[in-house]
Amino acid sequence: MAKGLLGKKLGMTQVFSDRGELIPVTVIQAGPCVVVQKKTEETDGYSAIQLGFDDQSERRTNRPMRGHFKRAGVSPKKVVREIRTQSVDDYEVGQVLKADLFAPGDVVDITGTSKGKGFAGVIKRHNFGRGPMSHGSMYHRRTGSLGATDPARVFKGRKMPGRMGGDTVTISGLEIVRVDAERDLILVKGAVPGPRGGHVLVKSSVKAKAN
Amino acid sequence: MNVIDQLEKEQLRTDLPDFGPGDGVRVHLKVIEGERERIQVFEGTVIRRSGGGVRETFTVRKVSQGIGVERTLPLHSPRIAKIEVTRRGRVRRAKLYYLRDRVGKAARVAERHQR
Repeated sequence: MAKGLLGKKLGMTQVFSDRGELIPVTVIQAGPCVVVQKKTEETDGYSAIQLGFDDQSERRTNRPMRGHFKRAGVSPKKVVREIRTQSVDDYEVGQVLKADLFAPGDVVDITGTSKGKGFAGVIKRHNFGRGPMSHGSMYHRRTGSLGATDPARVFKGRKMPGRMGGDTVTISGLEIVRVDAERDLILVKGAVPGPRGGHVLVKSSVKAKAN
Repeated sequence: MNVIDQLEKEQLRTDLPDFGPGDGVRVHLKVIEGERERIQVFEGTVIRRSGGGVRETFTVRKVSQGIGVERTLPLHSPRIAKIEVTRRGRVRRAKLYYLRDRVGKAARVAERHQR
């Protein structure tokens, strides 16, 4: 069954495993998440649970969302995301989900917003190679040819400079190393998209075999 | 306190002796062979300590059968069963890389005498 939590990336560190191996981990403040709404086949055409995370002051919440939270009987939240589930019967509106939803060894997919890089050239953005930096080259980090002259136009999809980063990125197949239920922390092996303090969605892995 | 600092602090070992570059140490390492676990001792001179917090590492150098061997280990690794300090060296720098270029008698570190 698909399960998920909303969280906040706190940063990276390293921990020792039981065997004494050093594992690079990302620390995620996962939860407490509140079930704000249950979406069912009959009413919405699909079944999902809507989770809210990170308290927000009433004043900063707009009126429609205020009403939405009031109906669920929960305090206003900064992030609201849906998680598709087979059945919503296991959940109740107002139920609090904590980090212990996951256990060490679970494989998860993590979605976040990548760090914005601004207007980036083609070397950084599309991994192009650069020209020689010296010997009078004058062709250092330029884009290069945009194609042949015959079509008299540039084909769609041409890789060019532009805005980079700030995209929604999902990293799949990350292993949970440790879960701290008391502090609501999840330690995940490897890196996670986004800056420290960025909001992330931790979901059980789509590709990993369920066992 | 920051959560990450807290997590790192929890992993720090407090049972290790105070030692530094130039000191002679015996490092008792837990070696896992399949199912069994045994202790292996690596004895030599500390030539550097690097980093801080959980990321701190130290390097021990010894000359084994005429070949210099160095091992760099995370200081707070649970694989280290015990560290014994066998002698205190008197050195004037933090990184003793010059020992690598020396052999025999020249590669010794003078003993530090307590005042």
